[in-house]
Amino acid sequence: MTELLLEMLSEEIPARMQARAVEDLKRLVTEALNREDLTFECAKAYATPRRLVLVVDGIPETQPDVSEERRGPQVGAPEKAVDGFKNSLPADAEIEQREDKGNTYYFAIVEKKGIQVELLLGQLIIDIIRRFPWPKSMNWGVDHGPWIRPLHNIVCRFGPTASIAITLEPGRGFRTTETTGHKFLSPDWFEVKDFADYKKKLEKAKVIIDPAKRREIILKEAGKLCGKVGLVLKDDPELLDEIAGLVEWPVVLMGTIDDDLMYLPPEVLTTAMRHHQKYFACLDKGGNLANRFIVVANTETTDGGKQVIAGNERVLRARLADARFFWDQDRKQTLESRTNGLAGRVFHARLGSVLDKSKRIEALAAFVAEACGADAKQVKRAARLCKADHSTGMVGEFPELQGVMGRYYALSDGEPPEVADAIAEHYAPRGPNDACPEKPVSIALALNDKIDSLVGFFAIGEKPTGSKDPFALRRAALGVIRLILQNKLRLPLAATVFKAAYRLHEKQRGWEKEEETEGWLPVSSDLMAFFADRLKVYLRERGVRYDHVDAVFALGGEDDLVRLMARADALSEFLATEDGENLLTAYSRAANILKIEEKKDGRSYAKAPDPTLYCDGEEKVLVTAMASVVPEIDSAVSDERFSESMALLAALRKPVDDFFDAVTVNVDDPALRENRLKLLNKIRSALDDVADFSRIEG
Amino acid sequence: MPSASKDANDAKDTSFQSLILKLQTFWADQGCVLLQPYDLEVGAGTFHPATTLRSLGLSDDIWKCAYVQPSRRPTDGRYGDNPNRLQHYYQFQVLIKPSPDDIQDTYLRSLYALGIDKNQHDIRFVEDDWESPTLGASGLGWEVWCDGMEVTQFTYFQQVGGYECNPVPVELTYGLERLAMYVQGVENVFDLDWDGVPEADGGKTYRDIFHQAEVEYSKYNFELADTDILTRHFADAEKEGNALLEAGLALPAYDQCLKASHLFNLLDARGTISVTERAAYIGRVRALARGSARQWLRSQGAEVD
Repeated sequence: MTELLLEMLSEEIPARMQARAVEDLKRLVTEALNREDLTFECAKAYATPRRLVLVVDGIPETQPDVSEERRGPQVGAPEKAVDGFKNSLPADAEIEQREDKGNTYYFAIVEKKGIQVELLLGQLIIDIIRRFPWPKSMNWGVDHGPWIRPLHNIVCRFGPTASIAITLEPGRGFRTTETTGHKFLSPDWFEVKDFADYKKKLEKAKVIIDPAKRREIILKEAGKLCGKVGLVLKDDPELLDEIAGLVEWPVVLMGTIDDDLMYLPPEVLTTAMRHHQKYFACLDKGGNLANRFIVVANTETTDGGKQVIAGNERVLRARLADARFFWDQDRKQTLESRTNGLAGRVFHARLGSVLDKSKRIEALAAFVAEACGADAKQVKRAARLCKADHSTGMVGEFPELQGVMGRYYALSDGEPPEVADAIAEHYAPRGPNDACPEKPVSIALALNDKIDSLVGFFAIGEKPTGSKDPFALRRAALGVIRLILQNKLRLPLAATVFKAAYRLHEKQRGWEKEEETEGWLPVSSDLMAFFADRLKVYLRERGVRYDHVDAVFALGGEDDLVRLMARADALSEFLATEDGENLLTAYSRAANILKIEEKKDGRSYAKAPDPTLYCDGEEKVLVTAMASVVPEIDSAVSDERFSESMALLAALRKPVDDFFDAVTVNVDDPALRENRLKLLNKIRSALDDVADFSRIEG
Repeated sequence: MPSASKDANDAKDTSFQSLILKLQTFWADQGCVLLQPYDLEVGAGTFHPATTLRSLGLSDDIWKCAYVQPSRRPTDGRYGDNPNRLQHYYQFQVLIKPSPDDIQDTYLRSLYALGIDKNQHDIRFVEDDWESPTLGASGLGWEVWCDGMEVTQFTYFQQVGGYECNPVPVELTYGLERLAMYVQGVENVFDLDWDGVPEADGGKTYRDIFHQAEVEYSKYNFELADTDILTRHFADAEKEGNALLEAGLALPAYDQCLKASHLFNLLDARGTISVTERAAYIGRVRALARGSARQWLRSQGAEVD
């Protein structure tokens, strides 16, 4: 058993791509080994900014011999075919005749001798490099590439003695047994024998190959520095991942922010630090942002980091001085006075300006506010102002702060806090893990903003297709779903909201062709189908059985998501009981028989059965039970007493079971058979009124 | 004429002009043709034909050049009030084709030549891919950080004017003001020492030389530029450019592309271009860039559509 060590040394690999690359490398190599019938014990991969490293343990030195059976033509086939088969085999192959499925064929056993693994690894690795799935790759020099950045060396060792030359281009060899250390601290080349040797020598050469270890060092050192001044590090796993991908040798340092910049909103401080400079923020005991930051350098300096800290402090100071300039300037002008300027900002060529959009969501408030329990006036006010921060200097400089800055500026203008919060939160939830607004005005504004976009883009035919969703409509629909379900909003989406939103677009853009158009109808039904799809994804991710929701959705006409979920929940509860399970079986039985017979006869049995033809007792009992229960179920459903409707359904279980036990449907008497099929249809449709049971998966 | 009192390669001299001299000396030593700035208004050193057009050519081409390029970005003007923003600034540009295997090391040595000591500073390569929609150009690379400050844009060109680059050139763009602020330890660009001469002897700062220009051009760019005239000039440049392309003249046609590009930037600064119009303007400049690239390739003997 032998170890494979592979290191690909390149110029700096983007931090955000390293984790994926590690997984891809491991997967591609192990898959390729499997294809070559090679076993292994364990494979591990690592990345640094300059290296992809893979070690695979316990690979045999020689490929196992395999014998493979090949089937040839049938015995008695034309001579040409038989000869062809024989010629395709190695000279020593044994050929025999054997029966298979009633025919006799030629069979040959081909023995394939395993070759030395050392000999096949080179090509295997070259193939992987050539088709490595980087999100973006490049060429360099003359005919070099593609790789993520220029690739400088490949170490490939198989066991302590063998090194494997990887020749990507003729005449360009690599140092297959040697690597180099840290770019500045240890640039010399040295030999590596195996993974243990490699890891040890690299660590000595100031490179830590394991990102997990680099993260650990950063956290530990940062914690120590914070502790010394009574602070804690602000938790930020995403930033930690990124920073660990920017350094081979993390050196953690602490810098100070000038006190006269600390009055800036905390979001501004952290954005400048995090997004632009990749610094960690520090918090005091009360959880407030402290005037310190953590920077992770990639090198040790002779002055213990003094100049590095000073340089970073200066850069941050310049950025924050800029931000302070915007903060002071922006507040000289009210948001209200900025709204007119939005006319010059195009939202979408066919959906008007940003001002048009904010006018539409202002008007939409009337249809949504009440359901959210919000003051319509406040929703309107927030809608009017929510995009006005686009033209502020701060948002121009830090686009990721849109909304957040709107809130600060609204408060400074003296707007009510509900309005200010709604401005800040109206883009939320931005994804499945983003917090969902819970305050009434915020909920209403967040809904309006998304619904306006959804209806508008669907109306102009800009629906998401496949992987293309340039206007993030899937995220918008998911946002609407979460806003409604998490806040339990009773909102008839299609009939009221989509229609109103469409009419607003229609009026602004002059889409009306006649006096009263119904243009909203197809848009709304497309959108409901889109929502059904999104809801499916949303529920599946939460482990909810979507087929139960689907069974309710399939009834059609339901655009109140809260009612839909209540109904689906009641159905799930019912199906979990013995009665429910049984009734579902009975339903399937009825539906199956009907399907077969309807197909056979080429007709449907949808008409009412003839009561005079009921002859068996069980038949009569069932009919009576249905006559009394079905109207009760209907009224329970329309009163939204869904659990009760299910309980009523349970009363049908016994009569239905008895019917199937005692009564034969397919009797010889054609009139009687027809009538019984009609009765089955009646059972099916009674159940279908509660939910489309055919959608339920066993 | 050599200055008696000063040596451009004196590591202690951190004046703005000595940075330029040091970079020129360094890159000339690497075999670069030292060029002078292009004599048209451009937004970045990349627009110089020595970079854009020379990035394209035959597969056995070698081209190495270095030059300072004054760059104009009308929207970045701040009336001379902002310590970090200018509507006119300098880039030091290097273009080497094909990209050498050891270019990262050579580049780092250029920083050392400027007095940036790797034992005192943290130099990092942070992903930053580059794209110029007006030039139809793109590349992959990094911004180079020195103690958290971006000092250079480092790009392997992949495409220019819509054509694949083969061989691949590497472009290095040093932001001279930032670099100088860094080595001089200055926090306001206008405080930069330009010539290393004491004030009493008539020494000049960046303020002495450029402040008035920043104020006046900001006023022109944001308030006074006549948009009707600019719009007309844009159309004229486009027309002339297309006519020159018809005539098969790559270089004069490309000049018109540069003019159109700058006129567009001025219109943009006046805030009269809507988002939709913006895309259309960029498309018109790109068409000229594409056409010029095509004519250039033809003139070099390459086969193009």
